Amino acid sequence: MMSAPLFTLFAIMTALAALAVLWPLSRSRTLKGEREADLAVYRDQLAEIDRDRESGRLPPEQAEAARTEVARRMIAADAARAAESSAAQGNAGRRRTAAVMALVLVPLFGAGLYIYLGTPDLPGAPLAERMEGPADRGDVAILVRKVEEHLAQNPNDGAGYEVLAPIYLRLGRLDDAARAYAQAIRVLGPTALRYSALGEVLTMQANGIVTAEALKAFQESVKLDPTEPRASYFLGLAAEQDGRDADAAAIWKAMLERTPADAPYLPLLKKALARVEGGVNGAPAMRPPAAAAAPGPSASDVANAASMSADDRSTMIRGMVQRLQDRLTASPNDLEGWLRLARAYKVLGDGEKVKEALASARTAFAGNAEALARIDAAAKDLGQGG
Amino acid sequence: MIAELGQYALALAFALSILQVVLPSWGAARGDAVLMGTAAPIAFGLMGFVSFAFAALIQLYVTSDFTVLNVVENSHSQMPLIYKITSTWGNHEGSMLLWVFVLALFGALVAAFGGNLPDRLKAHVLAVQGLIGLAFLSFILFTSNPFLRLAPPPAEGRDLNPILQDPGLAIHPPLLYLGYVGLSVSFAFAIAALIEGRIDAAWARWVRPWTLAAWVFLTLGIAMGSYWAYYELGWGGWWFWDPVENASLMPWLAATALLHSAVVMEKRDALKVWTILLAILAFSLSLVGTFLVRSGVLTSVHAFATDPARGVFILGILTFFIAGGLTLFAFRASELKQGGLFAPVSREGALVLNNLFLTAATAAVLVGTLYPLALEALTGAKITVGPPYFNLAFGGLMLPLIFAIPFGPLLAWKRGDLLGVAQRLMLAAGLAVVAAVVTAAAVTGGPVLAPLAVGLAVFIMLGALTDIAERAGLGRVRAKVAVARLAGVPRSAYGTAIAHFGVGVCLLGIVCEASWSHEKIAAVKVGDQIVIGTRDLTLERMENRTGPNYRSRTAVFSIRHDGVSEGTIEASRRIFSSRQMATTEAGIRTFGFSQLYVSMAEETTDGHVSVRATFKPNVTLIWLGAVVMACGGLLSLMDRRLRIGVPKPARRREAAVPAE
Repeated sequence: MMSAPLFTLFAIMTALAALAVLWPLSRSRTLKGEREADLAVYRDQLAEIDRDRESGRLPPEQAEAARTEVARRMIAADAARAAESSAAQGNAGRRRTAAVMALVLVPLFGAGLYIYLGTPDLPGAPLAERMEGPADRGDVAILVRKVEEHLAQNPNDGAGYEVLAPIYLRLGRLDDAARAYAQAIRVLGPTALRYSALGEVLTMQANGIVTAEALKAFQESVKLDPTEPRASYFLGLAAEQDGRDADAAAIWKAMLERTPADAPYLPLLKKALARVEGGVNGAPAMRPPAAAAAPGPSASDVANAASMSADDRSTMIRGMVQRLQDRLTASPNDLEGWLRLARAYKVLGDGEKVKEALASARTAFAGNAEALARIDAAAKDLGQGG
Repeated sequence: MIAELGQYALALAFALSILQVVLPSWGAARGDAVLMGTAAPIAFGLMGFVSFAFAALIQLYVTSDFTVLNVVENSHSQMPLIYKITSTWGNHEGSMLLWVFVLALFGALVAAFGGNLPDRLKAHVLAVQGLIGLAFLSFILFTSNPFLRLAPPPAEGRDLNPILQDPGLAIHPPLLYLGYVGLSVSFAFAIAALIEGRIDAAWARWVRPWTLAAWVFLTLGIAMGSYWAYYELGWGGWWFWDPVENASLMPWLAATALLHSAVVMEKRDALKVWTILLAILAFSLSLVGTFLVRSGVLTSVHAFATDPARGVFILGILTFFIAGGLTLFAFRASELKQGGLFAPVSREGALVLNNLFLTAATAAVLVGTLYPLALEALTGAKITVGPPYFNLAFGGLMLPLIFAIPFGPLLAWKRGDLLGVAQRLMLAAGLAVVAAVVTAAAVTGGPVLAPLAVGLAVFIMLGALTDIAERAGLGRVRAKVAVARLAGVPRSAYGTAIAHFGVGVCLLGIVCEASWSHEKIAAVKVGDQIVIGTRDLTLERMENRTGPNYRSRTAVFSIRHDGVSEGTIEASRRIFSSRQMATTEAGIRTFGFSQLYVSMAEETTDGHVSVRATFKPNVTLIWLGAVVMACGGLLSLMDRRLRIGVPKPARRREAAVPAE
């Protein structure tokens, strides 16, 4: 709701604006006509010619010629304005209409536009004030900033990174999250959980593709704890994305065996397993459409994903891919980005979009032979050869 | 709360601008003095509310209030205070608000200092100003609102584009906008004159100071922009024929022509059609300039498509004002009574020639700027029109004009004597030839024609001085009398001479820089030497430095000139983490009018750094020339005298009387 002081100030401003119109309407004025104004200029000109002649700047015969010229202009101005009536006083009826216009239009447009554009219930928040404010105001961004500043001073406070990383993840700052996990591993030492979390963030960064870097993180994780479920799941996913469905099935089967019945990620795991087993047993591995199949992003957070419905998950993945698409549309000079996008659409089973992404990449890098060669190679990989 | 107050102030300004259009023009139509009298107070009110909104936005930037989207997108809390303030207009929304602020300021100035104007003219002028304000306020409120809010607020902004984090941003856009928007006053006067169907010498007297002031600001703004590009972009060029630069050059050319025609109108009551048309053209081109830069249409035609609302709005405003102004002109131009008559060879004739050349040069730049855009929009083909086109078309038109500059002021009004003028310029021409010969003998290398161009520059400078000398009768009367007369020469004549002198200075700088610059590009390690002209540069050390919101890598060179140490010069690269962008900070040392310019690229892993060092002889004259031109304009502006062109009586021997 609009606060009282704000409303008062709005009222004062409105009154001031209306006054700027009403005040001149309240005074009587006589018209300053063209004739008088023109003649004033010409009279000044004549006086100046006289001054110049007296001071010797203008020879007498030239001064005379100039006087004649100005006199001609004066006569012309006189003739033109002779007909003009000078009795044009203000008219009471027009004044009243003008006053009503001011009183209606100023508040109408002022308030109307403000209601359309304004956000009266959002208080201003200068940064200094926010930084000094108590920590419990729920200003997550400021909390993060404070921790960041603390870490800039104490770069070896591993707990800080550990706290920050999941918050970054929730805020969608994936690069920062990956850096924070890497720092936590550096300072606090490696654990299976930290590595699998890092790998997951890296996978999210790549829009669900388990990259070589992510794969390494998951491998480190299972080295430390072979039963770490998140790492196992993503290792299976990496195998599936490489086309090694049998390996994926083996990993996930082994994982299923040690998964307790009430594990929140159990349904996800079963679905994944069903997907690759279908491919292994019944020869042509027709991938089901994205909703269920989407490998990477759906599993972005095994624990979280389990609580999501398949639709939500699909929306989330599509959202991530869409964000990538938007970013590339805005700044198309990112070859890696286009190829990643094409791969992501391939994984989502959207052949049309794969074609589009590759075409856009070709447009963006027209004339760049090296880039075009890479795009062609990628197209072949994705079954879009030529 | 400040953001909301600013938003409301803009909404009220919108309402007031409607009233500023409606009430005064209604009053003017009915001859109602009271209604016409509302124009000035409303203009003051409009100025008050727009200033308040602008101040509010600056305050939001200064306090880093990240609940405002515009602040988030263009600010960073670690920036120094000056950049927090300048980033207010370092973005689309804020710069449009600056534009409207300057417009409201000019409206209020016309209201305050227009006391000697006839009521009807003043009412019409302010109504037209109100209409321009209304168009821009709608554009801001409906497509580019700077006060949009954001919740929850982030803890840090996305930083200002690093290239703009420079003192240049504090000076260049405000100067340029003072120029662009100052032309709106001349435009408003022209439209008012067309509506009333009358235009005379008195009109020209009233419109003169506004045009002159706008021209001075525009000149300084363009020069500042050129110098900024020179030192910040790291290429060492000072003019790139970039569409953004052309966008500011075109209104300047038109305004220059307007300035000259207005003098003829004021003194001789002639060239009315030219003056009105140029007033409309100059402002139209400054609108085109504002929008070419602001709409993003320049970076890519497709930018229009990403925000169709903005693009359509922009086209609407452009079409309305340009087509509206020209249509009114077409209807009314025939009614403008022609004033003083003149012979082809006369001051008036010379100024018509000046108008023709300047207009043709404007057209040449306009074609070169818009042709690629039009082609891309129609066929999708991307082409660039580069410096060769502009140098040929623009230079080809400007050189004859520049050669004619010294002749103009020496010609008499109404009918002139070209031969007599040529005789009086003999001394200047002779010295110019000497300068060309000396230059040719002194320099090695460079284009063959360059010494001739130096001679031309000297001719213009001396020719400008000849005018003053002639007025004082130097050489014809005793020295004492001449000095006394020198003091009596009107300031506007000094203004003309100084401005024309500035053209010569600028030309001299351009010729020297273009013909005799030395450039070396080398990859060097610490301890390596570069020889450039008579100077040796030694890379002494590489340093890491930290700024408020960037890190920088700096190369420190020592300079030795013929073995004598001349101190150091530093070039650096700054890396701004928030935007992951780097800027080059060129090292510049000035020796006399010449400059040594060093910029560095990224370092290689083995410690080599690519360095580009250029010695640019007399390069500063390019900008000093523009400053001299602006000083001339300023001096002319301060001349409060009225101006009457004194025609030379017919059938009188030329030598008997000096021209006015």
